[in-house]
Amino acid sequence: MKSLAELAAIRDKMKQGAAIGEDGNEKIRIVVGLATCGVAAGARPVFDAIAEELKNQNVTNAAVSQTGCIGRCTLEPIVDVIAPGKDIVTYVHVTADKIPQIISSHIKEGVPVMEYTICAYE
Amino acid sequence: MIESQSGSKSTNLSDTRFYKKQRRIALRLCGIIDPEQIDEYIGYDGYEALGRALTEMKPCDVIDILKKSGLRGRGGAGFPTGLKWEFAAKAAGEQKYVCCNADEGDPGAFMDRSILEGDPHSVIEAMTIAAYAIGADQGYIYVRAEYPLAVKRLEIAIGKAKEYGLLGENIFDSGFNFNLEIRLGAGAFVCGEETALMTSIEGNRGEPRPRPPFPAVKGLFKSPTVLNNVETYANIPQIIKNGPEWFASMGTETSKGTKVFALGGNVTNVGLVEVPMGTTLREIVDEIGGGVPGGKKFKAAQTGGPSGGCIPSKHFDVPIDYEQLAAIGSMMGSGGLIVMDEDSCMVDIAKYFLGFTVEESCGKCNPCRIGTKRLCEMLEKITSGKGEDDDIEKLESLCRHIMSSSLCALGQTAPNPVISTLTFFKDEYIAHIKDKKCPAGVCKDLLSYTINEKCIGCTICAKNCPADAITGAVKTMHKIDQSKCIKCNVCFEKCKFGAIDKG
Ligand SMILES: Cc1cc2nc3c(=O)[nH]c(=O)nc-3n(C[C@H](O)[C@H](O)[C@H](O)COP(=O)(O)O)c2cc1C
Ligand code: SF4
Repeated sequence: MKSLAELAAIRDKMKQGAAIGEDGNEKIRIVVGLATCGVAAGARPVFDAIAEELKNQNVTNAAVSQTGCIGRCTLEPIVDVIAPGKDIVTYVHVTADKIPQIISSHIKEGVPVMEYTICAYE
Repeated sequence: MIESQSGSKSTNLSDTRFYKKQRRIALRLCGIIDPEQIDEYIGYDGYEALGRALTEMKPCDVIDILKKSGLRGRGGAGFPTGLKWEFAAKAAGEQKYVCCNADEGDPGAFMDRSILEGDPHSVIEAMTIAAYAIGADQGYIYVRAEYPLAVKRLEIAIGKAKEYGLLGENIFDSGFNFNLEIRLGAGAFVCGEETALMTSIEGNRGEPRPRPPFPAVKGLFKSPTVLNNVETYANIPQIIKNGPEWFASMGTETSKGTKVFALGGNVTNVGLVEVPMGTTLREIVDEIGGGVPGGKKFKAAQTGGPSGGCIPSKHFDVPIDYEQLAAIGSMMGSGGLIVMDEDSCMVDIAKYFLGFTVEESCGKCNPCRIGTKRLCEMLEKITSGKGEDDDIEKLESLCRHIMSSSLCALGQTAPNPVISTLTFFKDEYIAHIKDKKCPAGVCKDLLSYTINEKCIGCTICAKNCPADAITGAVKTMHKIDQSKCIKCNVCFEKCKFGAIDKG
């Protein structure tokens, strides 16, 4: 890193965390909490199931990634779905068997599976 | 229903009540970015503070900003960070070091782990800024080996930072060099104490040494050294970027900014919270934490880990900062906050923490090694029903001796759990000693289980008692044979009629 300008170039490219696909369109981001608390609650198989299911259902406009701990340990595994221009949807107590439904309904059809979201708990 | 800021229905966790009173600075990007992608950190203005410091500021400017911000150490004692850096910057010496304390030994604390796992670059950036400010070119992060994921993410982050030229030589073309390495600790609590930590990095057994000289003057390898806690560092890039006034606008007169607490124990929403200094316990426990579960009553909150104290409900509305906590016999510590309900026995809690200190005392000095052991034995005697009338005075006197004559802060603060429970819950000690009763029903030796007239003779208790201590015919009142009862509490839990008394 040689200058602030070089740094700014990377920053602008990242546009505060948006994921851009190869077609130039912004992707839906599926973010799994993978800190020690999430992993202990079973977030790894959830992460793997999402990657698997995106392939199985031929989804190309979404990508799965990991993040740290958001602080609500008792709700882990926690998965955020961040679609461009839409409100964040937080799924809690996620298990691998809920993933096919979340992908087909929410990611493909745009209809969140409300009974698995934080709204069902608070 | 969860409401977003605009008042519409929300499906976003961040709009829940848990986050309403929080202000996230140290935890800003935890749960937001992918910690293994340096670009994501940069996407949220990461490394801008370092870039500006190296290209636009003199080392003394950086120190000035920190001093003006009012930032104090988040690892325990709350020493002003800017002042510490200034001492190290002014100290004579060719070679200087920057260290990060990620030992996090308090039972139940996990804020530093979360920062390292969720946003490792913020710590790396801050340590590099510190190195620039004091004139160091080498740094160490001391992490406990029990944090493998944190270590892995740190390794990845350090590797990436090197690749990007944000660590290494001639950073931002400024001629400034900084190399950063990880050192693993074996998980001894005392190695979180600064002089022991440095002794351990040097390759020796982690034992404290007397201070002064303070590390800022004579620290690692006898050179001037800045040692700060993970959370302290995580605040620093934001302070440089947003200015000291921004940081100082949050908090109380003496304590600026925010504090992260690991909220645990008898509270509905166990988790990690970051609130402005000056937030009250009530706000943290009731509003953020969702209160005590099961309709139980709040009894006390423990802060400061084994060096801290128990805060009773009458101090529920005290605004939390370094001074206020000290004034009510506890301390900020690193940020563990354990909530206790009416079923917690305060003598037992004190015994728990003393048991921890006895295990963790390094043994170098007698008052701590022998004193904490004796203190623990006295508590054991009291909780087992053998307490004598003058035990409270003996406890108090022993506490004073340990505090005044131990070498390091581990010993000097070890009696705090006893002193604070003696201050606020003396009646419980008296009940144990004089009446041979444990009011909370925790201390087994002081408990007896009996069956009252609510018993309808359903036989469920007799069937479940693992010691066969309960007898009685169907539909007649049952009886517990005290000589057989092992006080396992099973009958109490199984009875649907409230017919089991314990006390
Ligand atoms: C027994 C003992 C254990 C400690 N453990 C830690 C710890 O785990 N993490 C930490 O940051 N500070 C710990 N400290 C405090 C450190 O000695 C030191 O004050 C602190 O790391 C300085 O950083 P700060 O000014 O940023 O808080 C401990 C102190 C004592 C006496
Ligand atoms: S006070 Fe305890 S931990 Fe500290 S040096 Fe003495 S024996 Fe070791």
